Amino acid sequence: MEPVKVRIEGLEVHYASKRALHGVHLEVNTNEVLALIGPSGCGKSTLLRALNRMNEVLPGVKQRGSITLEGDRIDQMDVVELRRRVGMVFQRSNPFAKSIFENVAFGLRIAGLTSTSELAGRVEQSLVQAALWDEVKDRLGDSALALSGGQQQRLCIARALAVQPEVVLMDEPASALDPIATARIEELIHELKTRYTIVIVTHNMQQAARVSDRTAFLYMGELVEVGRTETIFTNPSMKRTEDYVTGKFG
Amino acid sequence: MTLGARFALGRLFERLTALAAALIVLALGVVLVDVLRDGVGVVSWRFFVDEPGAGPTEGGIFPAIFGTVALTLVMTIIVMPLGVGAALYLHEYASPTSRLAGLARAAVHHLAGVPSIVYGLFGLGFFVHALGGALDAATGQALKWAQPGLLWAACTLAVLTLPTVIVATEEALRAVPSEVRLASLALGATRAQTLGRVVLPAAAPGILTAAVLAVSRGAGEVAPVLLTGVASWLPDLPGSLSSQFMHLGFHAYVLATQSPDVDAARPALAGTVAALLVLTFLLNLVAIVLRARLRRGMEAS
Amino acid sequence: MPGHTDKAFERDLQTLRDKLLAMGARAEAMIAESVLCLAERDSRLGKHVIASDAEVNRLEVEVDDLCRRVLALRQPAASDLRFITTALKIVTDLERVGDLAVNIAERAIDLNDAQPMPIYGDLPHLAQLAQTQLKDSLDAFVAGDAAKAEALLGRDELLDALFLKLFNDLLQLMMEDSKHVRRATNLVFVAKHLERIGDHALNIAEMVIYMVRGTDVRHPLSRELHRAHAS
Ligand SMILES: Nc1ncnc2c1ncn2[C@@H]1O[C@H](COP(=O)(O)OP(=O)(O)O)[C@@H](O)[C@H]1O
Ligand SMILES: [Mg+2]
Repeated sequence: MEPVKVRIEGLEVHYASKRALHGVHLEVNTNEVLALIGPSGCGKSTLLRALNRMNEVLPGVKQRGSITLEGDRIDQMDVVELRRRVGMVFQRSNPFAKSIFENVAFGLRIAGLTSTSELAGRVEQSLVQAALWDEVKDRLGDSALALSGGQQQRLCIARALAVQPEVVLMDEPASALDPIATARIEELIHELKTRYTIVIVTHNMQQAARVSDRTAFLYMGELVEVGRTETIFTNPSMKRTEDYVTGKFG
Repeated sequence: MTLGARFALGRLFERLTALAAALIVLALGVVLVDVLRDGVGVVSWRFFVDEPGAGPTEGGIFPAIFGTVALTLVMTIIVMPLGVGAALYLHEYASPTSRLAGLARAAVHHLAGVPSIVYGLFGLGFFVHALGGALDAATGQALKWAQPGLLWAACTLAVLTLPTVIVATEEALRAVPSEVRLASLALGATRAQTLGRVVLPAAAPGILTAAVLAVSRGAGEVAPVLLTGVASWLPDLPGSLSSQFMHLGFHAYVLATQSPDVDAARPALAGTVAALLVLTFLLNLVAIVLRARLRRGMEAS
Repeated sequence: MPGHTDKAFERDLQTLRDKLLAMGARAEAMIAESVLCLAERDSRLGKHVIASDAEVNRLEVEVDDLCRRVLALRQPAASDLRFITTALKIVTDLERVGDLAVNIAERAIDLNDAQPMPIYGDLPHLAQLAQTQLKDSLDAFVAGDAAKAEALLGRDELLDALFLKLFNDLLQLMMEDSKHVRRATNLVFVAKHLERIGDHALNIAEMVIYMVRGTDVRHPLSRELHRAHAS
């Protein structure tokens, strides 16, 4: 297995009127948790979305530079295939107005899987991995919208895992959750690390410190510093990082 | 202002709003009581299931009930795909700067303010004469389609209710969080798959609301069908889409204005109005129950 | 340096700094007074030193409390985190320095009750050096001056050498005449305490270097670990 899972080189992203990212070089290693931190609007979500080409969905986005997944340029990949390999979990839990089962099965059905037994197996497996199975196994047919916020977010993680991605992108996955639900998500991230490569955006620096192996600090569209999480939080080398992690901004 | 005065002003305002609400209830109550009191004599089972007799005060109103239901159904079948389609284009596909979308939105806005008789004139000119004429010419028939009939009346009503459906559907689509669309796309779904499998199911209750609004608006309108298909006295039920038909609203109008003895026609008029009210109410109820079901299925366990 | 966005946090850190400085100043004064007590044979100064210890102890508890509070409430990171952990460590050094000054004062009072000793030899010099080391380490802490702290590390050997010389001189004295044993032993203790104060100053200096640079220089092992990480 290649140690570098995703390689970003000279990434530059423009929205209609403004440059959101420029000159970003960054590598994500296989089976690591990489945290992206930085003040609001610094481009964390934009960077994350570049990795599964979700920026293309937004109108007027222009992108330069190269991103490779295991050495293959993602802009030359079939986008459906790319998004199967690089899954995404959003800030606000966003289950579909469908049953719990159908939520998790959605990506599989889109991918053309129809065998009922296979679907059931994959749904169970994903829910187990997302640490939700025990709570919902008796009511898979119930609406996903009836779950609690924390359960909904774990359902969204299960939904992303169902298509067996290699990389999981998480955009502030716990920002709307209470401390207990947050702790469960963080615990989950620890467990998922053995099987997936995870890139997580978080506003909560303690969370970044707790869950990630390496941390990248972005500021005004630039990557200021990336390094071992412990180093970033005890002894960063850049002054801007220092100011940010000690709360000396604004 | 003292605290006491402010408090009093607040109470006053609350009372005024309550009064406004009470007025609505009162208006409905008066209409119902009036209609029921006058109609109670004729409102027998036979009145609703019989054909009309020779005079306006004789016989029943079944063809008018049937005509109204058929008209509303055909109208719904026409307007829903059109309205939902237009709303989908406006909300899901058109870019915010699209000229077509801008024009369409302006048209929707202005259509909503056009008096309903103008729709009738438009229906007569466009559907009956232009479209019907062309259809007859194409099929080599004489005066089959180029005359007022059920289909053209329904089409006219569909145009009338189109803005309502578009606006309500757009509202329903807006209520579907954009994150849900993104989640679907991020799972590898195409735009069309996202629309069909995620957005439309989530918006279904709201789209049914659009249908409810269209039905209640359409069932009560008389002016647009006046010139496009309604008949004042027609014992036979409409046999095809090109047939003319009776209509409860128009029948009420005829009873109220065209009968030689207005007082004699009173009970029949009241019965007809009652039937129209009940029908509108029932159509609404069906749609509301459907919507509630759909929503329950989606949310609660 | 821009201040913290959270002004209450900024104030907490400032209070912590002030308390540490007050404690350092108190400890420095205690050393000076205890040595003076010996040199001038003025036991009142010694009594004052003993009384001052309560204040140093109180400050130690306060600094500990404040550090715990900041850790629990603010989750400090980077230089703030290093400052807090440094504060937690140097506070124990300062408290020990206070205790040592008290010990010196007690020995001095005991000596003052006896006949004056003819030679104090290098004792004033040793006292001077120990005080300078402590003062420099605290100055380096206040100024966040790693270079100054580093300079201090090299001077510790001077103190050690001076102590050894004094020790030998006093041993000599005791061997020459057993009636000196009690007083000479007291003086050996005083010298040993001064040397220990120098060690505490050294600890503080090492923590200051960690605080400023984020590198741990306390032991050869940690130096190597650091190098391994960096590469
Ligand atoms: N869809 C968009 N259209 C226009 N500008 C955008 C859009 N999304 C983000 N931006 C801008 O790009 C910059 C980076 O945004 P984002 O990546 O969302 O930052 P972060 O996630 O770090 O808060 C911001 O200045 C934001 O205003
Ligand atoms: Mg963001």
